[in-house]
Amino acid sequence: MSRTINIEVLRYRPEQDEAPVFQSFSVPFTDDMSVLQGLQYIKDELDSTLSFRWSCRMAICGSCGMMINGKPELSCHTFLRDFYPGGVRVEPLNHFPIERDLVVRPDDFISKLESIKPYIIAKEVRRLDQGEYLQTPAERDRYEQFSSCINCMLCYAACPQYGLNKDFMGPGVLALLHRYNADSRDGGQAERMELVNAEEGVWNCTAVGYCSEVCPKGVDPANAVNVNKINSAKDFFFNMLGRKGAGK
Amino acid sequence: MSDMQTDARKPYVRPMEGWWRKNPFFVRYMARELTALVVAAYAFVLLAGLWCLASGESAYNAWLGVLRHPVSVALHAMALVAAVYHTWSWFEIMPKTMPPIVVGGKRVAARVITATGVVAAIVVTLVLFLAVWSIKP
Repeated sequence: MSRTINIEVLRYRPEQDEAPVFQSFSVPFTDDMSVLQGLQYIKDELDSTLSFRWSCRMAICGSCGMMINGKPELSCHTFLRDFYPGGVRVEPLNHFPIERDLVVRPDDFISKLESIKPYIIAKEVRRLDQGEYLQTPAERDRYEQFSSCINCMLCYAACPQYGLNKDFMGPGVLALLHRYNADSRDGGQAERMELVNAEEGVWNCTAVGYCSEVCPKGVDPANAVNVNKINSAKDFFFNMLGRKGAGK
Repeated sequence: MSDMQTDARKPYVRPMEGWWRKNPFFVRYMARELTALVVAAYAFVLLAGLWCLASGESAYNAWLGVLRHPVSVALHAMALVAAVYHTWSWFEIMPKTMPPIVVGGKRVAARVITATGVVAAIVVTLVLFLAVWSIKP
């Protein structure tokens, strides 16, 4: 049995719109349909000009993040049945420039992600004949949850500090920075601490905490940022005492 | 960093006006920040009391008199509500602000940390209250 739900979509077509406007669609749906499938129905059957990003449909690729009834969500991970008999209002992710319809421009996030060197910088480079870089389960637990980040940017759409000040490094990138700094095999901490210690690093965070609420992968970016406030303060005092590179 | 809107694609940046009123989570956050001002204001009230105490008996009695005024009592009741909310809101966010605590190989749950903080606050408040109550002039 299919029911019909009203989906309001924020449209922005740069060649014709001065500003974004809402457009409503009546979409028949079944209980197993996600908001993403609702949008796909609109594109296939009602208006082929609607633009949005998606790929995996299973909350892994992080492409389909949108504001759904004002909350940052993955549209593949949010079901139409939960909004019925009310409607659904879909907007592009907050705090990012809108490229077209539901597509945002992630350039700022990507360049910040690159800046933190999101890869392991080996503490001691091992030759092939020396074998793997070993790690105990306890050492892995220190960063494991932060490695679940899928770069979906929901936490950026949830962070008013990022919205108000684009210089702020933001929750997701700082969580990934922490993921590498907290890895026992990594030796890049001193390089990354400069980014942490900056005003635009952890210190722009005011512990709103909404980033951790909206994360679809159970990462706790607010924790990563705030733990690094402690690391940054330690780094400051140790450097004052003349010890370089202290922080872990 | 690379938000310059100078190309033909015309990316649209939405304004942030009224952002905190649009989500109950942000309303609670702003309430937490706002009630901090009440806590600060109360610190000034106590500081004024200390200053009056240093100035002599009559100044101190005058300060006590001001505190006993019905308007002052009503303001105190409101300040108490604000301080209770402020205390709760900080213990609620505390698990996110501290390094993980691992006991017996397991990470201590967020709600345990929050509950411990709240219980500690209640105990300290009661001890302080009883300590002050037991001093009879």
